[in-house]
Amino acid sequence: MNEEWCLGCHLCEYFCAFVNSGEKYMPKAFALNRQNVPNITVEEGDRINFAVNCRQCDEPLCKKGCITGAISVKDGVVTIDTEKCVGCFTCILSCPYGAVVPNKEGKAAKKCELCISNGGIPACVTNCPNRAIVLEEVY
Amino acid sequence: MKYVIIGNSAAAVGAIEGIRQVDKDGGIVVISKEKYHTYSRPLISYLIQGKVTEDKMYYRPLSFYEENNCKVMLGEEAVRIIPDKKEVELKGGKSVKYDKLLVATGSKPFIVPTEGLDGVENKFTFMSYDDAKSLEASITPDTRVLIVGAGLIGLKCAEGLNKKVKSITVVDLADRVLSSILDEKGSEIMKKHLENAGIEIILSDSVKAYEKNMATLNSGRKVPFDILVIAIGVRPNVELVKEAGGKVNRGIVTDEFQMTSIKDVYAAGDCTESLDISCNEQKILALLPNAYMQGEVAGKNMAGDKVKYEKAIPMNAIGFFGLHIITAGSYRGESYEFIGENSYKRLFINDNRLVGYIMIGEINRAGIYTSLIKDKVDLSTIDMGLLLQKPNLMMFPKDVRKQKLGVGHR
Repeated sequence: MNEEWCLGCHLCEYFCAFVNSGEKYMPKAFALNRQNVPNITVEEGDRINFAVNCRQCDEPLCKKGCITGAISVKDGVVTIDTEKCVGCFTCILSCPYGAVVPNKEGKAAKKCELCISNGGIPACVTNCPNRAIVLEEVY
Repeated sequence: MKYVIIGNSAAAVGAIEGIRQVDKDGGIVVISKEKYHTYSRPLISYLIQGKVTEDKMYYRPLSFYEENNCKVMLGEEAVRIIPDKKEVELKGGKSVKYDKLLVATGSKPFIVPTEGLDGVENKFTFMSYDDAKSLEASITPDTRVLIVGAGLIGLKCAEGLNKKVKSITVVDLADRVLSSILDEKGSEIMKKHLENAGIEIILSDSVKAYEKNMATLNSGRKVPFDILVIAIGVRPNVELVKEAGGKVNRGIVTDEFQMTSIKDVYAAGDCTESLDISCNEQKILALLPNAYMQGEVAGKNMAGDKVKYEKAIPMNAIGFFGLHIITAGSYRGESYEFIGENSYKRLFINDNRLVGYIMIGEINRAGIYTSLIKDKVDLSTIDMGLLLQKPNLMMFPKDVRKQKLGVGHR
């Protein structure tokens, strides 16, 4: 995330919520009472804006703390099994980036899984108009 | 190298995963008193509530032991550690040799001897899968339940049983609920919330005597019940280490590598004491994340690595009837309180560091506060206005922010 380039436009949030909503038509994902929660959060400051999502940590504190064993790492992507998650939110307590959020029903936790189930290219990256969000492997 | 682990819960699993990060081949033997595949203890209340099915109780997949090349001895009880022979003796006379041993024996329910308690037929504790199963098998829609203890275990049990029984009464000696994790205001909010859900709560009182189906409280009040659940608290299982000559205070004492005072014997989880870095005191932090992380560190060190466990703090994430609580650290120093329509937040700042917080209702991104406590961040580098407002990364200086947004926790 390059904060110098972030416009604070929130498009990443909208696209994230849309592609993870299961809807095919964007307005439907945001129709009344269907507020889909994005896995990315834009922080707005006076002059600085940036978006925060999961850092896919090598030592994920969310996974270590998970009380049910719902969080695992698959091919470097930290993944939550929503079937196993009971929504205790110990992961929200643990994540130093604030990158895990309750789902729209508030019953389970969710987070960025790099759009692996949506074709593999994160929607926030492809739809960032100023290329502030990039997908890079960090060693 | 042969590793032996006594216990089969979060600390044991942490140790297995820790060992396997360092040593892929050494044999691991798990000795488990309970006869189950490793399961999540906190899920027992969800089980009786019907929110979790038996197949979802497991803390790791059923292939876990095989994948990690572990030999599991279910239903076996370790009765003695013999450090000179590097041996664990089992009930029934068998013994198991170890090169490195982990004691992850957890804790047991604490029961206050009370007049007439022995005569109560239907009494339960609420710690294990078996507890949950036998409690579940004993209730009917007409059951009146008395729970002694308004802490995390007692109230989670109350939530699980609610709507499945006729009535639930919770009694606690303290003058407020969840007194181990909340302040007075927080307790008051939760008490109201629990009462609105239909749970009767009696505070500043305790059971003086039991008759078969009646508890007489110290105040003189009588509470009829069909089922009694004792959830006063837990005590660490320290006996094995103590009898082997290891150092024990309230819990098993370890160094920062999780080794006990006995060479090659490690300990992790609810049976141990940890250094709470939010206040620099030795405490028993009987919390699942703490158990896992201690276990993982112990495992790595048992396998020859040299890593320290040095960021322990109390922390809890728990919800009751849809209202969520996240708390961490210790409640001392100057405090800042924020009361919203459906939320409550209090931050504790001591020595220019965030040392603790309570969040009820609004809990989003709480982990950022947790990280400030664990990293002992000097608040003179932080935008205090932003810190008080809500958890965010904007409060950090630019270089820290860039580091956080560039790379993860590595």
